[in-house]
Amino acid sequence: MNDLDLLTAITVFVLSVLVGIEVISKVPATLHTPLMSGSNSVHGIVVIGAMLIAAEAHNWLGYVLAFVAMVFGAMNVVGGYVVTDRMLEMFKAKPAAGKPAERQSVTETHEKAEV
Amino acid sequence: MDTVSDAVHYIFLAAAACFVMGLHLMNHPRTARRGNTLSAGAMALAIAATVWLVLDEDVISRTGWLVLVSGGVLGAGLGLWAAREVRMTAMPQLVSVFNAVGGGAAALIAVGDLLQAEDPAGLGARVSLPGALDIVIGAVTFSGSLIAAGKLQGVVSGSPVVFPGARLLNVALPASFVVGTVWLVLAPDSRVALYGLVAVALLFGVTLVLPIGGADMPVVIALLNAFTGSAVAMAGFVLDETALIIAGMLVSSSGGILTKLMADAMNRSIANIMVGGFGTGDSAPTAAATSGAPAQVRPVSADDVAIQLAYASKVVFVPGYGLAAAQAQHELGDLAKLLTDHGVDVSYAIHPVAGRMPGHMNVLLAEANVPYTQLKEMDEVNPEFPQADVALVIGANDVTNPIARRPGNAISGMPILDVDKAKSVVVIKRSMGHGYAGIDNELYTDPKTGMFFTDAKKGLAELKAAVREFVG
Repeated sequence: MNDLDLLTAITVFVLSVLVGIEVISKVPATLHTPLMSGSNSVHGIVVIGAMLIAAEAHNWLGYVLAFVAMVFGAMNVVGGYVVTDRMLEMFKAKPAAGKPAERQSVTETHEKAEV
Repeated sequence: MDTVSDAVHYIFLAAAACFVMGLHLMNHPRTARRGNTLSAGAMALAIAATVWLVLDEDVISRTGWLVLVSGGVLGAGLGLWAAREVRMTAMPQLVSVFNAVGGGAAALIAVGDLLQAEDPAGLGARVSLPGALDIVIGAVTFSGSLIAAGKLQGVVSGSPVVFPGARLLNVALPASFVVGTVWLVLAPDSRVALYGLVAVALLFGVTLVLPIGGADMPVVIALLNAFTGSAVAMAGFVLDETALIIAGMLVSSSGGILTKLMADAMNRSIANIMVGGFGTGDSAPTAAATSGAPAQVRPVSADDVAIQLAYASKVVFVPGYGLAAAQAQHELGDLAKLLTDHGVDVSYAIHPVAGRMPGHMNVLLAEANVPYTQLKEMDEVNPEFPQADVALVIGANDVTNPIARRPGNAISGMPILDVDKAKSVVVIKRSMGHGYAGIDNELYTDPKTGMFFTDAKKGLAELKAAVREFVG
């Protein structure tokens, strides 16, 4: 792998914390749940580490560790992005009245209320 | 060979920049979805670049490819299934599980790297120190998040589980981390130190989260999110990959900020929550709750409330976790729509800890088709209460208690919603039971407050029907 000197790595570490604080503190409380699951998917980058481990593995123990790490990492990254998108899709400026699915659910509740 | 590696690392840098921009776009609901898509695109690119790198280095065995592809496909499938199927009320559990697997993967990377090193004894502290930290933080996050998810799902008891010697153990285990870390740095080839550290860290994750009550879960999830980020950053130090350091620390600062916000909103210090033991079970202490108080409160019926709502010009809803627990957010959304169509100015006052994770209530209401323009944060909505004709409180208790403004009680200094400043107040509640703090709510005995004693879902359905008669 590439040789990264310690000072550079620590510089990146410190600046990332500061950028993170700066960017995250501007997110409104309304979006804190999608923010959390969105940032969750960002740490899914760990899947890249899992891939590199799989590439280096050369005995059964290494393969098992790499396999579990791959499953975990891939689950984290795919699930995180999909569920965040699912949540953010629901945030609308105006109530969407036109969708057939929603109209159906409204009529269902009306029927229940009448019964 | 070098050119490919360089190119891949430029792609990683671009991806990291996109993660930052993606999070930046999260600062408004209008742009947030675009931000998430940008971030996902960057992630896909980074993964593709890693495949290119692995192909180019050509050290991977056939079994390695099999492991990589099958693990990836299986994980992606599981993630996709979980993300599609999860109910919005169960979101905190899912986020916890994703925290767990992220932390677990980070810990496994360090274990794998230390085990597979060609000359383990010769690894310097440059690799073994972050490796040891990665294992500790990652493994604690893994087991801790699974316990948190279990508590949220109701598989593990939501009330604080305290066993004899728990406090002592929670001091002894971190002390053994220090010993294990030093050992692993001095002797990176020691299997005993490596496996011992993993075992102790997994155990500590369990003993750390078990004593914490269900009501404190928003803080715990945020804190574990910060841990996962740190573990991933440590994995970046082990593998010499800046992309992992940047992404990990972005997440870590996000988790850190949310932890602080949640703890402040609950009027507790993080240390106080982690020590646990405070009466914070899901079933709040209600034993001595029902005596005396009902005499002073004013019970109201659905028709009384419906008249108030229909003739109001401004209504503020104050939803709490009780609303989500009763699955009544759709009824509330329908009632609000009815009033909005009738020309009433409707908004929702959302306390930071309304729900089981930061911002949870907003997602539940968004799912019930409530436009985000009506969802107001505490600081934004508090000045609006004096103009509100009716404040309707559903399933929120301590966060509306005016006693918090006075010193000398359990919630003194806690930031609250100024519901008592509204012209009139209606509280939908099953009984006079107490909130998590276990104290009387002065709001209920205020002369302008009407108590509508019923279940949240049933009560809102009745209100909806009654209001429809007035306005329809």
